[in-house]
Amino acid sequence: MSIFWNFWIIGLTLTNLALLLWVLLANRKVAVSDDDAPENRTTGHIYDGIEEYDNPLPSWWFKMFLASFVFAAAYLAIYPGLGSFKGLAGWTQVNQLEGEQQKADELYSEQFGMYNAMPIEELARDSDAMKMGLRLFANNCAVCHGADGGGNYGFPNLTDHDWLYGGEPAAIKQTINAGRTGAMPGWAAILGEDGIRETTEYVLSLSDRDHDAELAVAGAKHFAQNCVACHSADGKGNQMMGAPNLTDDIWLYGGEPQDIRQSLREGRNGVMPAQQELLKESRIHLLAAYVFSLSLPLDEQ
Amino acid sequence: MKGHDLVEKNIGLMTILIIVAISFGGLVEIVPQFFLKETTEPIAGLKPLGAVELEGRDIYIREGCHVCHTQMVRPLRAEVERYGHYSVAGESVYEHPFLWGSKRTGPDLARVGGRYSDDWHKVHLFNPRLVVPESNMPEFPWLYDNKLDGKYTAAKMRALRKVGVPYTDEIIEGAGDKVRGMTEMDALVAYLQQLGTLLKEKR
Repeated sequence: MSIFWNFWIIGLTLTNLALLLWVLLANRKVAVSDDDAPENRTTGHIYDGIEEYDNPLPSWWFKMFLASFVFAAAYLAIYPGLGSFKGLAGWTQVNQLEGEQQKADELYSEQFGMYNAMPIEELARDSDAMKMGLRLFANNCAVCHGADGGGNYGFPNLTDHDWLYGGEPAAIKQTINAGRTGAMPGWAAILGEDGIRETTEYVLSLSDRDHDAELAVAGAKHFAQNCVACHSADGKGNQMMGAPNLTDDIWLYGGEPQDIRQSLREGRNGVMPAQQELLKESRIHLLAAYVFSLSLPLDEQ
Repeated sequence: MKGHDLVEKNIGLMTILIIVAISFGGLVEIVPQFFLKETTEPIAGLKPLGAVELEGRDIYIREGCHVCHTQMVRPLRAEVERYGHYSVAGESVYEHPFLWGSKRTGPDLARVGGRYSDDWHKVHLFNPRLVVPESNMPEFPWLYDNKLDGKYTAAKMRALRKVGVPYTDEIIEGAGDKVRGMTEMDALVAYLQQLGTLLKEKR
């Protein structure tokens, strides 16, 4: 703060207080004559023959105004208010925040530290840790994956033992840390609408759904030519690339023929945002354990 | 008090004195902020919004998002824990008007950039209950249908330049073409995804 603004603020603040004090005191006593009985004193203002009585502020009210000046003086001495004067208490918003954060750190760091040192498999069976994990999940993950981890159209179900990028603790942690981006391209230009219909019938056949066997034979050729690189020859997918297993009848974008055709036409590029820049390591560790715990047998959860 | 009737009988003088009396607060608390480094200098890395994000911001204003969502993380532990680094004045120097808001029916959005995927934002804006069943946010399905024509994008940038946002002639010239044909949904999501991404603090 420059010297000019420093004095500008101090000067105006003190002037304002002085003026207020003057207004208060100058209007304290306005009677024309003190010789009259108090109830008959007038201010000397006469309007159309009507005289105005002198009714000063009740004493308790007047004293409250005085008390507010004392408060103002104390406040300006203790807290920052007069220009760049920091106040005797040295209080700032950021100081207060950092103090609260430090206090919270002291309170929680031991617990987070203890959990941090535990391997994810063990942490996932610790019911206290998983209660904390549940809260973190609700706050950070539930808007996409659902409060119960059950997922949504386009957002994977985390409870069904079917993993796009792997369900081992390390893979889950990697997914949370660095995020994932689906890489299914659109095939409309390459396959054409007929090719997409044929391939769809073949994909349906992989999970033993109702399909047109004749079209599926033609679709199998398209599949062998274009899809096996990611989804592998048997259609079981590849977790290295996040290519889903097409044989298990679990569908991220819907398993009806028209859904599959849409996936084939325009591709799918689901994004899991990376969290390592947003969340502390200890939180991510706990979240990874919580997500891992979702696929444990019920009696171990 | 002597001379009091002079003020009471002279409305012009009384008006002037009233203005003096009520101006102290503004002179002390508001005026210095126009000149302080902390409030007028952009933080490191702050750039004026691009054409797409600028149009997205105007959609944000048109749909009244700021009525239910603030863009102001206060320096309180609970807020920093939930949203990230508290908001600083230097983040808002190119904002005309700023969208800090004053009421949170929905969560704060000051640091929503990068938190969710584009797809999530689109689904959520189309119908929030598709992804968050308990949400009471309204639906905005028309954002998918409305296309931007970019007619006023350059004019908006020129207007902002007049109040101090450093748009170059080059940016302004190409602005209209950049947004033409885009859906309002894409523009709004682009705006949301850059919110508050300059200051990082792990939650």
